[in-house]
Amino acid sequence: MDTMRERFVSTTSQLLDEDARLALVLAEISKDGFSAAHRRHPDRVINVGIREQLLIGAGGGIALTGLRPIMHTFASFLVERPFEQVKLDFGHQGTGGVLVSAGASYDWPAGGFTHMAPGDVALLDTLDGWSVQVPGHPDEAEALLRQSAARDDRVYIRLSLQTNARAHASDGKPGFRALREGRGGVVIAVGPMLDHVLAAAEGLDVTVLYATTVRPFDSAALRAAAGVQNAADVVIVEPYLAGTSTAVASEALTDVPHRVLGLGVARRELRRYGRMDEHLTAHGLDPRGLRARMARFLPGTPR
Amino acid sequence: MTTTAAASADAIRELDRLMAQMTGDEKHGPAATSTLDALWVLYDRVLRVSPATAEAPDRDRFLLSKGHGPMAYYAVLAAKGFFPEEWLPGFGSYDSPLGHHPDATLVPGAEIGSGSLGHGLPLAVGAVHGLRAQGLTGPRVWVLIGDAELDEGSNHEALAYAGPAGLEQLHTLVIDNASATHGWPGGIASRFEAAGWSAETVDGRDHEALYAAFSAPHPGRPRAVVARVEPKDA
Repeated sequence: MDTMRERFVSTTSQLLDEDARLALVLAEISKDGFSAAHRRHPDRVINVGIREQLLIGAGGGIALTGLRPIMHTFASFLVERPFEQVKLDFGHQGTGGVLVSAGASYDWPAGGFTHMAPGDVALLDTLDGWSVQVPGHPDEAEALLRQSAARDDRVYIRLSLQTNARAHASDGKPGFRALREGRGGVVIAVGPMLDHVLAAAEGLDVTVLYATTVRPFDSAALRAAAGVQNAADVVIVEPYLAGTSTAVASEALTDVPHRVLGLGVARRELRRYGRMDEHLTAHGLDPRGLRARMARFLPGTPR
Repeated sequence: MTTTAAASADAIRELDRLMAQMTGDEKHGPAATSTLDALWVLYDRVLRVSPATAEAPDRDRFLLSKGHGPMAYYAVLAAKGFFPEEWLPGFGSYDSPLGHHPDATLVPGAEIGSGSLGHGLPLAVGAVHGLRAQGLTGPRVWVLIGDAELDEGSNHEALAYAGPAGLEQLHTLVIDNASATHGWPGGIASRFEAAGWSAETVDGRDHEALYAAFSAPHPGRPRAVVARVEPKDA
C-alpha cells in the first residue's frame, strides 16, 4: 500500500491533468514526486523554493485570479510558520484553497520537535470557514482530496504516515460514522487513531464514531449517539493536540448533561527521538494507554 | 508650464479636494500624499482597468500592499469612478466601506485587503502565475509597497523568487519616503537588480518621469520602480 503522501502525489498529478482550474504550489517538499506533473503543466505546478510565506501568499494570489490552488509542505511549515498568510491571504481576501500537509504530529520522531505540528488544527480553529480533514487511510485521503479540489472553500487536509489497516470512509462523505454502537459512552476516533481506539474499546459497551472531517464538526451525529444515554460521556481521540475538539463537542451537547475527555498529543515537549510507536505510547495513544484512560473516565467500565 | 504639467497640477488639486473630505484638512503633508502622484499616473495613464472592467479577467491588477494611509488611494479610485465621492466623508466610520486599511470585499476596485505589511508582493507573484496559467499574458500586475514595508521578510521571499522565475508581468512600485529605520544601504533598486529585476529610481513627484519609468519595456524580467518622495521625518 502506498502512503497518504504518495497517494496525494499520484492523485493531484491526475487532477492537474483533468482540471485546468487547479494549480499546485510547492516549497521544495515533494517536488521530486511532482516532476512529471511539472513537465506536463509547467504553468500550474510551481515550486517557490524554501519560502513558506511565499508558498501561501502565491497560493492566495493564484486564488485571486479564479484558479484553485493546492499548497503543500510539512504541517509545521504550512500552517504554523506562515499562519498570518493563511489567515489574511485567504479568509480576509474572501478566497479559497486547499492546504495539504505531511508530517503531522509524530511522523518523523527522529527529526525532533521542529518537524512536529501537533497544534495545527487548534490554530486553524481560530479562523473562520476552514474545513479540516484528517484521513486515516490513503483511500480516504484520495477521496477527500478529490472532493476538496472540486469545491471553492478553504480546506486543510492533514496527511500522516500513521494509517488504519483498512479504509472506513473512502466515499469521502463528511459526517461521522458509527462503526460500533453501545450504551456506556461515545468515543470519537479521528482519522489515524481509529485502529488503536477500536483495540482499546474491545469489550466495552461504547459507541465508536469515526471522523475524517473534523471541521465542520458533526454535532448532529454526536448528539444522536449521545442521545441514547441518560448522560453523555464522550471521549475524543485525536492525533494532534489533546483537547483540540473538546470545546466543539461541548457546544454540540449544550442541552445535554455531559462530560468530555479529550485525548491526543501532550502539550509538553517530549524531547525524545525514536520511533512513532514509542511516541504514541509516550502520549498514551497506544491501545493500552487509551484503554486505561477510557476506563478511568467511563463509569462502570472494566479496566 | 506645459499642457501636460498643467493637467497634472489640476488632477492633483482635484485629488487634494477629494482627500479633504476624508481628512477635513485642505492641505495635506508629504506623508499623506507620498503615494498620490504615482497612484494618479498609474490609474490615469498606465493601468488598463476601469469601473466597467473591474471584474474583467484580462484587466490589469493593482494591489495596494502598503494599506496604511489609504486616503490617496481612495481619492484616486473615487476620481476614476470606482465608487461615489459621497463615500469619502465616512472614512473610517462604522458604516463606511472605507477603512483606515482597505478591505477588498468592501471597496469596489480594490484587488486586495491590506494593512498587515508584506502581503501584497507574494500575492502579486501568485496573481501573475494564475493569469499565466490561464493564458492571460497580457494583463500586468502592479503592487505598491513602502520603503519601510520592504523590511518585512515576506517581500524578500517574493523578490528573490520573481527575478529568476522571469515574471515579466509583475511590477513593483516602491514609494520611498525614507521611513525605514535602518535604511537600505546601496539603495532599494539594487536589491531588485541583484535578484534579476529591471529597476529604476525616479522622482516620485514628477509625472513624466513616473510615466516613463512605468512604461519602459523589460522583456523577460519583472520591473521595479522606486519613486522617491520627501522624507517622512523631514
